[in-house]
Amino acid sequence: MSEPITVPSAEPVSPVGPPEATHDSKDTRNWFSRFLGSGAGRNLGLVLALLVLFAIGAITAGDRFTNFENILTIVRAASIVGVLTIGMTFVIIGGGIDLSVGSVLGLSSVVATLTVVQSLAESSWLIMVVVALAVGTIAGIVNGIVISYGNVVAFMATLAMLVGARGLAEILSNRTTQIVRSQDFIEFFRSNLLGIPVLIWIFIIVAVLGWLLLNRTTFGRRTVAIGGNREAARLAGLKVKRHTVYLYALSGLTAGIAGVMMLGRTTAGTSTHGTLYELDAIAAVVVGGTLLIGGRGTIVGTVFGVLIFQTLTNIFTQNNLNTSVQAVAKGVIIVLAVLLQQRFAARTRKRG
Amino acid sequence: MISADHGQPLLEVRGVTKSFGPVRALRGVDFSIAPGEVHVILGQNGAGKSTLIKTLAGVYTPDGGEILWRGEPITIADPVAALDLGIATMYQELDVVDGLTIAENIFLGHEHATAGILNRRRANQVARELLTRLGHGDLSPSREVGSLSPANKQIVSMARALSRDTRLIIMDEPSAVLDSEEVKNLFRVVNELTSSGISVVYISHRLEEIRQIGDRISVIKDGRSTASGLSVKDTPTSELIRLMTGRDLENVFPPAVPVPDDAAEVLAVSGLGVAGIFEGVDFTVRAGEIVGLAGLVGSGRSEILEAVYGALKPTSGTVSLSGERLKPGSVRDAVNHGMGLSPEERKSQGLLLDEPIFKNVTLSSFARFARLSFLREGAERSAAREQIEALELRPADPDRDAGTLSGGNQQKILLARWLVHGTKVLLLDEPTRGVDVGARSEIYALIRRLSAAGTAIVVVSSEIEEVLGLADRLLVIADGRVLTTVNANDIDEHGVLDLVMEGSAA
Repeated sequence: MSEPITVPSAEPVSPVGPPEATHDSKDTRNWFSRFLGSGAGRNLGLVLALLVLFAIGAITAGDRFTNFENILTIVRAASIVGVLTIGMTFVIIGGGIDLSVGSVLGLSSVVATLTVVQSLAESSWLIMVVVALAVGTIAGIVNGIVISYGNVVAFMATLAMLVGARGLAEILSNRTTQIVRSQDFIEFFRSNLLGIPVLIWIFIIVAVLGWLLLNRTTFGRRTVAIGGNREAARLAGLKVKRHTVYLYALSGLTAGIAGVMMLGRTTAGTSTHGTLYELDAIAAVVVGGTLLIGGRGTIVGTVFGVLIFQTLTNIFTQNNLNTSVQAVAKGVIIVLAVLLQQRFAARTRKRG
Repeated sequence: MISADHGQPLLEVRGVTKSFGPVRALRGVDFSIAPGEVHVILGQNGAGKSTLIKTLAGVYTPDGGEILWRGEPITIADPVAALDLGIATMYQELDVVDGLTIAENIFLGHEHATAGILNRRRANQVARELLTRLGHGDLSPSREVGSLSPANKQIVSMARALSRDTRLIIMDEPSAVLDSEEVKNLFRVVNELTSSGISVVYISHRLEEIRQIGDRISVIKDGRSTASGLSVKDTPTSELIRLMTGRDLENVFPPAVPVPDDAAEVLAVSGLGVAGIFEGVDFTVRAGEIVGLAGLVGSGRSEILEAVYGALKPTSGTVSLSGERLKPGSVRDAVNHGMGLSPEERKSQGLLLDEPIFKNVTLSSFARFARLSFLREGAERSAAREQIEALELRPADPDRDAGTLSGGNQQKILLARWLVHGTKVLLLDEPTRGVDVGARSEIYALIRRLSAAGTAIVVVSSEIEEVLGLADRLLVIADGRVLTTVNANDIDEHGVLDLVMEGSAA
């Protein structure tokens, strides 16, 4: 890339900074306040919502809700959909949608537990992991190519993948449940690290990597640009189509990771794994403040979105309320979140 | 200033043509740009300026002709190719991403990064230097662009152009969103750029501005060069206006029929305003009268029409039709009372492009063609056929998709829609945008015929000659205010331009 014509050859500035101190103070904020400004700070509403839910949980279920074990249960239950939501956040910020993640999760769990693969994996269970991730990524690439180069709307392309991947998983597994034979695999995913289950660690790692990718790399920057103003991105010289393929590949990869986690939790692969997870993932992303039209969204918000839904589920379970009531409550929350979003969108339009 | 006669031109455009379906946007454009000059491209709206810019920026590929860069014939295949050559473009529609910060926008596509990891401190530092150079060191590079004013967004756009190794900057009506202080700053920057050898293509139709900043002028009209490389100093304004508008007004516009003295007042607009866009608009239109709104882009012309129609909810004032007050902000009420709008963006706001002509014609009058809510296509078709005959719509086939027609014929579909509906007041926003010159006089004749039949018409156009040629009375608008109301016979194009420019400079 060409260097800007005005750049002096100087090294990055000393912490003192240029004369306009008032503005500079904003730039030399430490990373923590930046983090607050870009993530949790802006997501104050979500923090409050989560606190309210915790209060409700504590009042209605008391110690059963507030004990550390239960908190871990909430996060562990959130972790699989949570991983899906990270990829979904990228796709939605980039102006797309991926309805296929639940099916792709199921497919990857099936392929990774095929007899052939399990035989290969006798030397190391990591082979199963690699296979699952590859299946997810390939499915994502197919989505991306159909959308970018076939000019099929994302909704339809990924809907087709949703149906197709589920069908393929049924064919491959012959609709049976394929037990994971590797005890090491099962042991690993059941284990704890520093008192925290491995599944939660995976969620944390994926979320942190996702945050870095979105906020600290050219990839993330370009994703926001493409979702925010596709034409401007194209005029700025971005390879919009190729980037779109990468986005769906990323979403497919997270579906593959979630597939592995599902194997770890259930110790078996089946074509029904992940059914309707795509809807939970999309709901969590939207509740987390990512605009469905693209161009704006945060990983931190998404993580809160997942936690809010899971906490809600937990409160209902702790209070022995039936799942139908819970579904209605979720629906109401989604509508409220989208209404708030539209208010926000209308406000920014007026400003701009 | 560098004389055009010496040395090799930086960029040369020879006989470039470009068509979009039936619309021939460029029919042969020629000009050349010397290093370090400000070359003004002058032309009315619809003359093909935007197409020309996008051709140079690699967005469109020309159908014919040649583009030479430093004497070498080149193909600018895509935006990246243009940027790599050193051609940067500042688009009028502000091509920035609202969700990113200033620095992020400036370096979009060529970020300061090592192996994909962003170096934000460096980006912010260089961004600040660029902004300072542009006289806007007060803008923080980490501020989100969505919160900026249009003028500051343009600064971002310019900083982006400068952030690359740019040889030529194309500025598409850069002053349209700027106040006079900001225009001065813009000119200072432009002078600085040219003195360091960078060339600027400056698009504008503000003549007095061109006098201040330009070195040479090329004029295009209806997609064709009418003059190339004129010296700004030696070309009189009257000559420029003639080159821009060209044709003989009398031939294009049919003779006006005088409005009868006893014609009833049909439309009355009183104190109409939309907060932040325009205010205090009063006018009346009598049956058979054509009232024109003249003003620059962004003056509030189109918004006034939309507010009268109810598509934009007014915050003050009233609109009455034949003495009955319309419900503010209700298109349905306006249509029910007999008002029709032919919008500026025909394709996105007016027509169902993938539907046949007859469905487009009957869109506003379904009730008449329905029995028990079931539409009778036969009746729809015959009504459409009548209009096709009357308006000489081509092709004369009611089943042809609207999207396949030329601009002039698409406009006729919209007029037919309101004729079928029996409209008392017709609002026309840019009735000849994207319409070929030949077809224009047909549209003008149609509009005249409608008014002779007693329809009250309000017409908005950025082509002042069009408003002058059609309207009986003229409202001159600038910055959301009506400056004055004049009889069309008492003023010429020059007079209107003067008024408009004074008004917007104030």
